[in-house]
Amino acid sequence: MTILGPLLMAAIIIVPVLVAQLSDSEYDVAVVDNSDYFIHTFDDRDNVRFTPLATSVDHALNLMHEGLFDAVLHIPEVAFEAPSTLRLFSDRSVNLNAKLLIENLLKLEFESLKLARAGIDEEVLRSVETPINIQAIRIRDDGELITDYPEISMGLGFVSGLLIYIFIFLFGSQVLRGVLEEKTSRIVEIIVSSVRPFQLMIGKVAGVGMVGLTQFLIWIVLTFAIVGVFQIAMPDMFQFTPDERVFVSSSQILSVEEMEQQKEMIQQYDTMAGQLLEGLSAINFPVMILSFIFFFLGGYLLYAALFAAIGSAVDNEADTQQFMLPVTVPLLLSIIMAQMVISNPAGPVAFWLSVIPLTSPVIMMVRIPFGVPYFDLFLSASLLILGFIATTWFAARIYRTGILMYGKKVNYRELWKWIRHA
Amino acid sequence: MTALLRAEHITKDYTGHRALNRVSLEVPEKSIFGLLGPNGAGKTTLIRIINQIIGPDEGIVYLNNEKLSPRHVRTIGYLPEERGLYKKMKVGEQAEYLARLKGLKGFEARRLLRQWFERFDLLPWWNKKVEELSKGMQQKVQFIITVLHKPQLLIFDEPFTGFDPINVNILKEEIIKLRNEGATIIFSTHNMGSVEELCDHIALINKSEKVLEGDVKSIRKQYASRIYEVEIENLSAPLDRLLDQRFRLLSQEREQEVVKARIQIINKNPANDLLQTLLNESRLLAFKELTPSMNDIFIKQVTGRFPAESAEAADPVQPNGTEK
Repeated sequence: MTILGPLLMAAIIIVPVLVAQLSDSEYDVAVVDNSDYFIHTFDDRDNVRFTPLATSVDHALNLMHEGLFDAVLHIPEVAFEAPSTLRLFSDRSVNLNAKLLIENLLKLEFESLKLARAGIDEEVLRSVETPINIQAIRIRDDGELITDYPEISMGLGFVSGLLIYIFIFLFGSQVLRGVLEEKTSRIVEIIVSSVRPFQLMIGKVAGVGMVGLTQFLIWIVLTFAIVGVFQIAMPDMFQFTPDERVFVSSSQILSVEEMEQQKEMIQQYDTMAGQLLEGLSAINFPVMILSFIFFFLGGYLLYAALFAAIGSAVDNEADTQQFMLPVTVPLLLSIIMAQMVISNPAGPVAFWLSVIPLTSPVIMMVRIPFGVPYFDLFLSASLLILGFIATTWFAARIYRTGILMYGKKVNYRELWKWIRHA
Repeated sequence: MTALLRAEHITKDYTGHRALNRVSLEVPEKSIFGLLGPNGAGKTTLIRIINQIIGPDEGIVYLNNEKLSPRHVRTIGYLPEERGLYKKMKVGEQAEYLARLKGLKGFEARRLLRQWFERFDLLPWWNKKVEELSKGMQQKVQFIITVLHKPQLLIFDEPFTGFDPINVNILKEEIIKLRNEGATIIFSTHNMGSVEELCDHIALINKSEKVLEGDVKSIRKQYASRIYEVEIENLSAPLDRLLDQRFRLLSQEREQEVVKARIQIINKNPANDLLQTLLNESRLLAFKELTPSMNDIFIKQVTGRFPAESAEAADPVQPNGTEK
């Protein structure tokens, strides 16, 4: 797992890029335009190549069957009046990207034609188009103004919440398997004659936690290393290419004005990159990292104790299912509710979920990049500490009885008895 | 003889049933102490309490006249009935780890382990994973782990289950050797054959209570039913007419001239009287007292009667043992 993990993680980053490049093969579309309105508008773009044909549709289709084209776009005479008569033929299922691109091209073209017919100048229209991007500014408690970038906070919050969710599950079930292994291999009685059951349980939880943390660090380092090597080996692959906006004009030659516009756009992308940096710098990273470590450890300790209790109560892995549900549901719930919390990170749902210990590790991490009042953070942290002390206490009582109990089908009532009597 | 371990009025309740009810016992120093009882009698519970794996609800255990406390863990070696090892871990590493849990230093553990492994022909397996070992070899490793830290008190819970007869013998020899070297051994079993061979003292637990305790010889004496098996010939008169009220004829069979008979001596009359009577009236070939085996005593205590095929089955008289 130590080696495989980072390879898989790197693959998650690299494979989509590779796949995207693979799917970038040329897509040839023959255009049979009976309407004579549009033929000049079809510039090749995004690996879709348009070839106007002055033949019948049937002939074009024959050419396609011979493999000269991937698809045939038929624009009938009445297309302008009845756009639903437009057809895109293909031997295989239609390339969705090409279809969307064609639809987009035609839509804009139809619109500008209709505007022209209605006597509205394109210049006027363009001056009407007003890009709006409100700068969100948060006034901090100390009165300082911070530009907020909710998009960045969203991404960061969700990713760190997800990481905590994955780690708790991954390492928690490792604890469960470890306890179960000691029980089924029957070594546990030898060990508990030397150390107290509580020590054994805490040792297991701490040990797996440290192994997990080490593994996690190795993963991060190796993943970055592998991705880095790829980046050096194939520098083109990771170039950031801003999505070009589709510009359609009646004339194929760009006017000076349009050139200006394109420049403006490029500048806008530059400022976006700048904004990204600015947004990232607005995040309080020391708080972010410290809370990540704290909520990761707290959440792990809380859940690992429960996992250990489950492992001790059953005889084999199949029996774990009935007890897994109450442990997995709050975790799943927190990752599902994360979406809602992101849209309103200061709302009551966000507050309560980030304070209740079972959901707080994930939800608090989602909230933190948006900025959380110190009171919430303090309350959440204290409750989490109390929470894992409580689960550890309960787990220890179940564990103590469970590890020496064989061949007994255990249910919740039985567990409750163990907790009361241990 | 001083007691190494003393348990006083140990009671342990599990939900729904009482596993031990005011059980007291004394384990004399440097002896082999058999903890006997049928399955489910409470032996393992008592052993777990001595090992401090679970705590008693009532009662106190003393080791060396000190109240049992966590530091005593190092002076006890325990081989549980249900035992296993980490399957994926290497044999040597694992043995060292478990020895260090008992307080041995790493190098010392390795040194001692080498000696023991050598003795049990396990040395070539040091770096093998446990799952590669045969069941018997794993048992040997477990035995070594139990005794390695030279504990004062050794506890074996059903040690012979899972061993083949050859290894059972090796184990018995090792146990006796350990006793002779000064260790005290508690040894729980329901296999009575090994009890008579090994144990100096026993305690019998049945249905959560101790029903019998003492050294093996005197217990057997207590249970002696004063039945004698005799072989005689040349009888002057039929046997039943020769014996007066002091004796009771239980059975007799004649094989040509030789009469084999079982005679019980009533009350406290000395065996010499019977001998005298027989010598006067016949030629005595054999004279032997029938003593019950531990197995018979065990069954008698648990079921209330001696097993049907045993010598004492015909005996309606209560043994003059000291039952509580």
